[in-house]
Amino acid sequence: MVLRRFLRDSGHLVRPAIVLLAAMGLFLVVRSAVIPKAFGQYGHYRPGALDAIRARPISFAGQDTCVACHDEQAKVRAAGKHAHVACEACHGPLAKHADDPTANVPKRPEVANLCRRCHEKDAAKPQGFPQVATVEHSAGMACNSCHQPHNPHL
Amino acid sequence: MIPGVDGFMYPNEVELQWSLLIVLYPYITGLVAGAFILASLERVFKVEAVRPTYRLALLTALAFLLVAPLPLQLHLGHPERSIEMYLTPHRSSAMAMFGFVYLWYLTVVLLLEIWLEFRADIVRMAQTTKGLTRLVYKALTLGSENLSPAARRIDDKVGYAVTVIGIPSAFLLHGYVGFIFGSIKANPWWSSPLMPIVFLFSAMVSGIATVLLLYMASMKVKKMAIDMRCLDTIAKYLFYTFVIDFTLEMLDLIHRTYEADESFRSLDFMVHTRLWGSQVILQILLGTLVPLVLLAANQLWTFSEAKRRAMYVIACGLTLVGIFAMRWNVVIGGQLFSKSFLGYTTYKVEFAAREGLLAASALMLLPFVIFIVLVKLLPPWPERETT
Amino acid sequence: MDISRRDLFTMGGKLLVLASVGASLEQITGAAPPTDAYRMAEHWWGMIIDVDKCIGCGNCARACSRENNVPSGYFRTWVERYEIEEGRPPHVESPNGALDGFPPSKREDVKSFYVPKLCNQCADSPCVQVCPVGATFVSPDGVVLVDETYCLGCRYCVQACPYGCRYLHPDKNTVDKCTLCYHRITKGLTTACCESCPTGARQLVDFKDPKDPVHEFLRHNKVQVLKPYMATQAKVYYKNLDGAVR
Repeated sequence: MVLRRFLRDSGHLVRPAIVLLAAMGLFLVVRSAVIPKAFGQYGHYRPGALDAIRARPISFAGQDTCVACHDEQAKVRAAGKHAHVACEACHGPLAKHADDPTANVPKRPEVANLCRRCHEKDAAKPQGFPQVATVEHSAGMACNSCHQPHNPHL
Repeated sequence: MIPGVDGFMYPNEVELQWSLLIVLYPYITGLVAGAFILASLERVFKVEAVRPTYRLALLTALAFLLVAPLPLQLHLGHPERSIEMYLTPHRSSAMAMFGFVYLWYLTVVLLLEIWLEFRADIVRMAQTTKGLTRLVYKALTLGSENLSPAARRIDDKVGYAVTVIGIPSAFLLHGYVGFIFGSIKANPWWSSPLMPIVFLFSAMVSGIATVLLLYMASMKVKKMAIDMRCLDTIAKYLFYTFVIDFTLEMLDLIHRTYEADESFRSLDFMVHTRLWGSQVILQILLGTLVPLVLLAANQLWTFSEAKRRAMYVIACGLTLVGIFAMRWNVVIGGQLFSKSFLGYTTYKVEFAAREGLLAASALMLLPFVIFIVLVKLLPPWPERETT
Repeated sequence: MDISRRDLFTMGGKLLVLASVGASLEQITGAAPPTDAYRMAEHWWGMIIDVDKCIGCGNCARACSRENNVPSGYFRTWVERYEIEEGRPPHVESPNGALDGFPPSKREDVKSFYVPKLCNQCADSPCVQVCPVGATFVSPDGVVLVDETYCLGCRYCVQACPYGCRYLHPDKNTVDKCTLCYHRITKGLTTACCESCPTGARQLVDFKDPKDPVHEFLRHNKVQVLKPYMATQAKVYYKNLDGAVR
């Protein structure tokens, strides 16, 4: 009797509990339906992201690709101080050219700025690095009128 | 060189990531926690004098809690993805649990307590009103109109239990917001174990001040007499909490100054330049010391009712400005200096932008609109209207 | 009050739930798992930087920007120039991240040098730790990446990075950062910055490859990571890094 009365008088409290539980149940259903596939396979993330990032296009073809065709220039360069400077460090990104060499012909680099970027004298540059105050060194003459960029030694 | 930048910033640091809206977030959440703790004073700690503000405080907490996530939502780069916080919460992230803490607090604590407290009124309204209004109240009864004394006794017991759970929950809600900032080791302005507790006490201060002001305003609008005993008691508690809050903040300041680690020179310079107005003038002088003096004066001497009311309004108004300035100084201040400690950037509030002044003002007004609706729906002063 | 009950599921309203359900369904139909020879478990990527070789040409920053379409005004890698007068705080600059190189140094009587910066690919990454949803993560081969279809744009990670390596992409509204050219290194290429560095100041390394020069490098040089007291297990090692560098 006492129990039944207690149940009757606390019966209204069951209602918010039902609303809450129903909401939680609905949440779990929605969650299982929309959570990305394989989430958590390698860690707390969507493994598909790895493939999506890997699939991004390339702009710099890479040294090996350039040298595969331009072996003559590579030989000249290998003999000089620029042996370890990659082609695209000066020529810029050329993956498109590598994909279709005739359709995408690269422009020659602008020598005046190109050489100075590395070799203009500056106090913050490492001391052993070859650098010149271009104004005194060449007085406006293009660098490649004396130096060959692929092997700059005179 | 770069406009607004002094010295050296890492190049990606020039632009601030967390704007005015993120200032509102801890501000509003703090008001919720503070208002709720004031309500629990009556319910759990049996401070009878604050009874007139009990229901008001609950509705204030709800009005602000409903708005609390909106500034975050508006600030997100992709608001439509926010449900991911619930789908795949990252356990190591201090931010991920906020959604759950929020829902827990909203449903299990606040809505339940308000429902239990107002159930008798809801049922009465459902029986006496007509038309659409009746339908609303009918729905709010959740289909039970049992108001027997035994049922009410059970309500009271459960309500008490909910409030007891509610106090740590309110602490959790806002202490947690403090932890979001306090746990960022990369940022010395934020990284401090004191941050959650400073946030908590400043939350209580701002929440109590808000309820006090809302109570006075409501009485004015309703043309009802202000219960001065209630007002004095709230002011007393405001004073106590404020003293603790100020002590903690000063402890943080003294600790930083005394330790003077790598970041100190940079942060000290920032406080003396870019944050001088908002930190020293607004937060500490106007927003803390002036209200503290006003409140302390009331503990020492007895003023006339009119004078007391005026002093409380000024003290609470300035407190709210001060706590807002405190949130600003934490959130914005934490992004004005470079993590290289070699430079400073500037934050310029936009006006009509998504995260601008207009949006922030609208978000700050919204809780008051909700509050008015809630008060219309569930009048917190039924004793005088119905009897 | 029943209106508020419905808020159980959403912080921003029903529409948002519907929108994100749609968005997440799209993500289910993701790309197929890789079928090529690259095995993530066999690599652990990082970088070594020889400060004494950096000439501040800015090639790395330019190459990165072109390889990764880095939005203007933001940087996945950049170069800083330090000028330190004895007993004074350093003077540092990085005009436009060194995308256009550097103006000539103003002083010759002070210690000065260049420092390249990029994401340190921390193994205990604070940015990954704070991401609320798992949109940024350390890949099985040790690269810190962002899933731009999952990032909320909350920018907690930007705040958590001690090195300033993250930014919000202004068009995508998601956080963006150095991927260590993940799309290149998983195909056997080096990163765009390393490819274009004329002096070999920066070198991509694989700690799991026993033949990688990194092992010799670490054995024979005094190295340092940036802000070691952050204990992030950074995998970008600097040789001859000055103590003033932050």
